[in-house]
Amino acid sequence: MTTVAVVRFPGSLDHDSAARAVEGLGATAVEAWHADDALPAGTDAVLIPGGFSYGDHLRCGAIASRSHIMGAIARHAAEGGRVLGICNGFQVLCEAGLLPGALRRNATLSFVCRQMNLEVADAGTPWTGGRPEGALLSVPVKNNEGAWYGDPATARPVLRYAGGNPLGSVEAIAGIANTEGNVMGLMPHPEEACDPLLGSTDGEAIIGGLLR
Amino acid sequence: MSSEAVPLHRRLGLTDDEAALIPELLGREPTDPELVMFSLMWSEHCSYKHSKPLLRGFPTTGPRVLQGPGENAGVIDVGDGLAVALKIESHNHPSAVEPFEGAATGVGGIVRDIMAMGARPIALLDSLRFGSLESARSRHLFTRAVAGIGHYGNCIGVPTVGGEVAFDDRYEESCLVNAMCVGVLPAGRVLRAAASGPGNALVLYGNRTGRDGIGGASVLASAELDDDEDKRPSVQVGDPFTERKLMDCSLELADAGAFVALQDLGAAGLTSSASEMASKGGVGLEIDLDLVPLRESLTPAEILVSESQERMLCVVEPGRVDEVIATCRKWDLDATVIGRVTEGDRLVARFGGEVVVDLPARLLADDAPVYGVPQDPAPAPVPLAIDGIPQPADLAGAWRDLLGHPNVGSRRWIYERYDHLVGANTVRRPGGDAAVVRLPGSARAIALATDCAERWCELDPRNGGRASVLEAARNVAAVGARPVAATDCLNFPNPEKGSTGWRLAEAIAGMAEALTALEVPIVSGNVSLYNESAQRAILPTPVVGMMGLLERADRSVGQAFVADDDVVILIGEGGRLDASEYLGRTEGAPEPVDVRREVAAIDLVIRAAEAGLLRSAHDVAGGGLGVALAESAIAGGRGARLTLASGRRDDEVLFGEGGGRFVITVRPDDIEVLMALTADLPVAVTRIGVVGGDALTVTIGDTRVSLTVAEARDAHERALPEALA
Repeated sequence: MTTVAVVRFPGSLDHDSAARAVEGLGATAVEAWHADDALPAGTDAVLIPGGFSYGDHLRCGAIASRSHIMGAIARHAAEGGRVLGICNGFQVLCEAGLLPGALRRNATLSFVCRQMNLEVADAGTPWTGGRPEGALLSVPVKNNEGAWYGDPATARPVLRYAGGNPLGSVEAIAGIANTEGNVMGLMPHPEEACDPLLGSTDGEAIIGGLLR
Repeated sequence: MSSEAVPLHRRLGLTDDEAALIPELLGREPTDPELVMFSLMWSEHCSYKHSKPLLRGFPTTGPRVLQGPGENAGVIDVGDGLAVALKIESHNHPSAVEPFEGAATGVGGIVRDIMAMGARPIALLDSLRFGSLESARSRHLFTRAVAGIGHYGNCIGVPTVGGEVAFDDRYEESCLVNAMCVGVLPAGRVLRAAASGPGNALVLYGNRTGRDGIGGASVLASAELDDDEDKRPSVQVGDPFTERKLMDCSLELADAGAFVALQDLGAAGLTSSASEMASKGGVGLEIDLDLVPLRESLTPAEILVSESQERMLCVVEPGRVDEVIATCRKWDLDATVIGRVTEGDRLVARFGGEVVVDLPARLLADDAPVYGVPQDPAPAPVPLAIDGIPQPADLAGAWRDLLGHPNVGSRRWIYERYDHLVGANTVRRPGGDAAVVRLPGSARAIALATDCAERWCELDPRNGGRASVLEAARNVAAVGARPVAATDCLNFPNPEKGSTGWRLAEAIAGMAEALTALEVPIVSGNVSLYNESAQRAILPTPVVGMMGLLERADRSVGQAFVADDDVVILIGEGGRLDASEYLGRTEGAPEPVDVRREVAAIDLVIRAAEAGLLRSAHDVAGGGLGVALAESAIAGGRGARLTLASGRRDDEVLFGEGGGRFVITVRPDDIEVLMALTADLPVAVTRIGVVGGDALTVTIGDTRVSLTVAEARDAHERALPEALA
């Protein structure tokens, strides 16, 4: 069984729902505490959930990217281990240099909480559950600084917003992976789309990338 | 604007009689810190001195009630070993002075009330009232308050799932920001504020104490607002990041059983928390003010009444102090033993080695003078002279215009700025009649709504009180939930003036009558008086926060028309243009509420939902039947063909309000089963049409009016963005 370490910073908000989504797919979720230097024993994959780590003081994800646990996560990624960053987790991965680019203030200049369709732009990574390019996934978006900015050629755009680009991301990018494909970040919240009661189970395709 | 010529007690907001009473109770003159403490604890905001006798009329007990009014929040047993804590509170005056921080700290305060019960906050709602959006000031106050609510709620990770807003000139200078929070906790582990165990330690944790919010409860919240910019320092400043850490830390300690008692620091700060903990527990407390961690140098009186945010006070057994402090350190929070529980009943505070406060805690917490309010009835409401209202030449155009009114249109502009999903428990999102939130670890869910019929409360307050409760109950019934508990926030003008005191008493009586008929207790609440300026007073606005229970989270009902050929049924009858959104004025005599019939209609809808008969349900509220039908059509993306009884003016049929009505849809095959449920009920149940097509087409006698779903949606969606542009 896959063991997924779900990182917890002060100000993490989505660790419980992320752990629930991981366990719903048959994996084990364990907590990785921000102040620790090592990931929990037996960690197969890492999920950095959403929230406002360290209050997002300075810049979103900036302080978290320099926390103790990030050294262990960088080593895990360098060894080919899978890492998924959701929302603030994506911001942390960009700030840590594990993914290229940065997240800017939304073009709306406001927080946006909305169910959106994401189009699979690259079916060759583990992060789309084998869905073909062009397939749509219904997943909620909720952020204030969610406009990805960077050079898409330096990474692999995996998911794009379909039917509009309200946040103003470069090339409507919702999620990108590194060129190796083992590190993935996205602004939408797949952990909130893993239960028919909540209206969508499409998030399982994305979270499923953490499983062996 | 203080003047040295004015005696200190008056500058603090105490009357001459109150100032004279204090030495009598103490047997000596109060010290300056004591006088400041009295001024805050005896303010209307903390003592309810003008409203307490009236509040006794509310039903507050029931088999599910684990904690009724008097604690930080009420608590209801919801089964499966779980309980739900709920409370609504106002932050009106701070929001009128500084809307962003005022609204944000309103959210922070109510969240800490829920935390103080040992509960994990799982949902927030906001009931808002602002002046007309044609006013630049109101647009500013409204958009900044929404930003403040979003900033705080989004950062602490508690979803903002619902609420309501209305705009009326009467709120131009005195906006209302009421925040409601709901939390979940193990039913056997309700924490309370009562201190106990002489020798136990008193630990203050969270933010440091500074000079913010000094006098918030007395200077701001218990007097009419003038244009005095000097009041700005009385508004607190929020730090949601610290609040989130405080929440994580408090829950960790509550789960570990580390608390003897827990209390948040809100209005009147340490004074209120410590005096209430001591008074409720029948013990004394000794506090060493030199030990309170400070952000800046403060006088003892300032330390005692500072309203710095994100602080909690707990009583801990001596053997567990180290554990509590270590857990706070883990969350990067200050935690300090500032005193201890003592035998007796005295609240004692020392500063620099000297005793600066030494008095029985109950004098502050319980013994504020209680005043009756004048009971001058307002004139009886005069029915609207409908013949004087021109009939619209273009009924479809009037329908579209009503859908595009800021009081009726879509609330998407607001709720998309709030994270309404965090926690992954939001089963029904904002935009419907009530939000549905799954209870973690249970198949059950709760339904939440706030509502108020403020125009009715102005014209006919007893009727308006009934309508406010029943409207909130219809909201939760429409999603299939049975109302089980309520919390209230009574927002009124100055009760010492005109007929306000009478309206307050009448509204409470009407609310109590409807609550009793529904068998729903009030478990917590808040009173906000003096919501008036030199120019005008607010409409009486007794907001009801209603909680319903669904036995199965997956059985909730939406308002959207879901399938062609489903049968559209109107439950209830009546409706007048008096005080309606269509009329757009607080004028006329609202339809008398028949409590028995409206409760029967609510019960019918719940039973139909439980039997799985409802494809959709929507209550008929602002804008009448026309708006209710349009909202179901917009939500479902499909129209309907309908025939409505004539005999009245077309605009009254379509836009009249009242009657406790619902629009439901059922499958054609289920009609007979539904009708069997309605037998012998004192409720009109009328088949009015079928779902289908891309337009709403309504026939009223010889009139035929049609609006496409696309036109309706366009008007509805543009209402707020255009009013704010």
